[in-house]
Amino acid sequence: MREIEKTFQNLKKRNEGALIAYVTGGDPKPEYTPDIVEALIDGGADVIELGIPFSDPIADGPTIQAATVRALKTGITPKAILEMIGEIRSKHRVPITILTYYNPIFKMGLENFFRSASNHGVDGVIVPDLPIEEAHDYKKVADAYEIDTIFLTAPSTSTERLRKIVGYTSGFLYLVSVFGVTGTRTKVQDLTVNLIRKTLPFTTGKIPLVVGFGISEPEHVRTIILNGADGAIVGSRFVKIIEQNVENEDIMVGEIKKCARELKKATIRG
Amino acid sequence: MRKLSLYPVDGKYGKYGGRFVPETLMAAINELEEAYEKSKKDSDFQKQLKYYLSEYAGRPTPLYYAENLTKKVGGAKIYLKREDLAHGGAHKINNTLGQALLAKKMGKNRVIAETGAGQHGVATAIACATLGLKAEIYMGSEDIERQRLNVFRMKLLDAEVHKVESGSKTLKDAINEALRDWVTNVQTTYYLIGSVVGPHPYPLIVRDFQSVIGYELKEQIMQKEGRLPNALVACVGGGSNAIGTFYPFIDDETVKMIGVEAAGRGIDSGKHAASLCAGSEGVLHGMQTYLLQDEHGQIQITHSISAGLDYPGVGPEHTFLKTIERAQYAVATDKEAVDAFLELSKTEGIIPALEPSHALAYVMKLAQAMEKDEIVVVTLSGRGDKDVEVVAEYLGVKI
Repeated sequence: MREIEKTFQNLKKRNEGALIAYVTGGDPKPEYTPDIVEALIDGGADVIELGIPFSDPIADGPTIQAATVRALKTGITPKAILEMIGEIRSKHRVPITILTYYNPIFKMGLENFFRSASNHGVDGVIVPDLPIEEAHDYKKVADAYEIDTIFLTAPSTSTERLRKIVGYTSGFLYLVSVFGVTGTRTKVQDLTVNLIRKTLPFTTGKIPLVVGFGISEPEHVRTIILNGADGAIVGSRFVKIIEQNVENEDIMVGEIKKCARELKKATIRG
Repeated sequence: MRKLSLYPVDGKYGKYGGRFVPETLMAAINELEEAYEKSKKDSDFQKQLKYYLSEYAGRPTPLYYAENLTKKVGGAKIYLKREDLAHGGAHKINNTLGQALLAKKMGKNRVIAETGAGQHGVATAIACATLGLKAEIYMGSEDIERQRLNVFRMKLLDAEVHKVESGSKTLKDAINEALRDWVTNVQTTYYLIGSVVGPHPYPLIVRDFQSVIGYELKEQIMQKEGRLPNALVACVGGGSNAIGTFYPFIDDETVKMIGVEAAGRGIDSGKHAASLCAGSEGVLHGMQTYLLQDEHGQIQITHSISAGLDYPGVGPEHTFLKTIERAQYAVATDKEAVDAFLELSKTEGIIPALEPSHALAYVMKLAQAMEKDEIVVVTLSGRGDKDVEVVAEYLGVKI
């Protein structure tokens, strides 16, 4: 059994949802990333989602765009982030996924990218600008290296497409909770709750359903989990902490750990 | 082999093109494709489009024999397809009228668009004003600075201009921001892309609407010369005026087709926008095509004196035509373009936009090497009024 699947099974036994934490690799400095990830793990994150920054992140709002700019300025490369994951992996068993746009993967070459990802212990990959229609070769190579392909479903996705997407997905299904880009929002929309309810019949017993975009407060996480989702993805909230403490790593790491702990608590049912 | 005019096949030109967009947009681009296919068979829609193109935009545009330039160059006969005479001063109106009509048909009253030089923004604002749609234009702050006149024109035309401060603050970032808007407001908003780029069906839709250039040209040259031209030349940024020129001739194998990209300060300087001539394969803005990017797949900042060519990608159909060698692609530098700009102004009394000045620069070299009884047509995609300030600055003249 693959690591992500195992993680979700264990969480289920404990009656908990998953906290999936996103940060951009190399933001604000490459040498901070392992410490930031460590803080997320210490705080209780169940899955880590590490971003390989891309110059043109069309699915991201201002917070993650700014993180991308900070990271790219340091000269960080996809290769360096993969190696970083290898290092983290040597100390922790928490599943690590990569989030990036398709071009950096395409440029590396599918075979090369997934071989390297596999060598460094990557568990899954998320590519927001790669719909299933374009993912035939990608899926084939990922499968060969036993790396999970996490696809996204959106408020505009038809049930017919949803069925197909579930068939393509492994690890977990990423439900985009709103029409829009990434970024913190004040509350969980009714639309999101309805979406979870509409999507669950297609995923239950097949694959964990995880909700992202606009989830930033413990209250949001609780709402998502209590409505039946198997996990919540929080990104911009952590990235904001990084942004606010660019100059002070100690405070940054401490705040991230604290924040993760609060969010993790909200995933515990009952 | 399949006839070239029959591409795209399932959204692809060979292996190029496709639909690399966030899941949220998949429903929208499928809906758009359906609506577009329906509009092709809708005689009402076609009648309306024809009406607006002739009565409003001033089509057909002339095919002008540039006799003075021909004599000066001393080679093949040079014809100019005068898109600069279309309403708005560029070929862009062909596409914006078509897509704005489509938006209206689809019941989407809010239209967003990106613009680099401002020409597509102006053309979108024009089409939306006349058809009663709300236009919001994304434009990089760098471009806003370079093209202040067009920004004011858009505002006069009742469009809202959104300043884009992200990334390189130019066309590619305006597209990113327009895509983000579209993801957020997809239910009520039509995204009116200005070139043969983006996810399928955009490269197809824009090509079809721009093909009016080539179809007119074909008829006009047959009337004037009784035969097809030996070569067609057009500038390529995203590549819409070039595809519009080429497409109706794509199965006429005797007609050479040459697209001219911006070499900026020279290919070796790294400051250029020649995606086809100096780029590599990649995926950006929904399409697989040639891009200017670094070894890690990060998109590079481009340079051209003409904001309209300042884009790090190119339409996937051009990439296809290049790889199968149906079309050739060449480059012209900033300096060559400015020289051609000055030359046409002097010899023919026509001030061309800097974008087609790149094509003109190439045509003068090409025509010289051709026989006197041969014919070459260059698409003059826009007029140069908007560039007068930029050229003055380039020449060190204070106005």
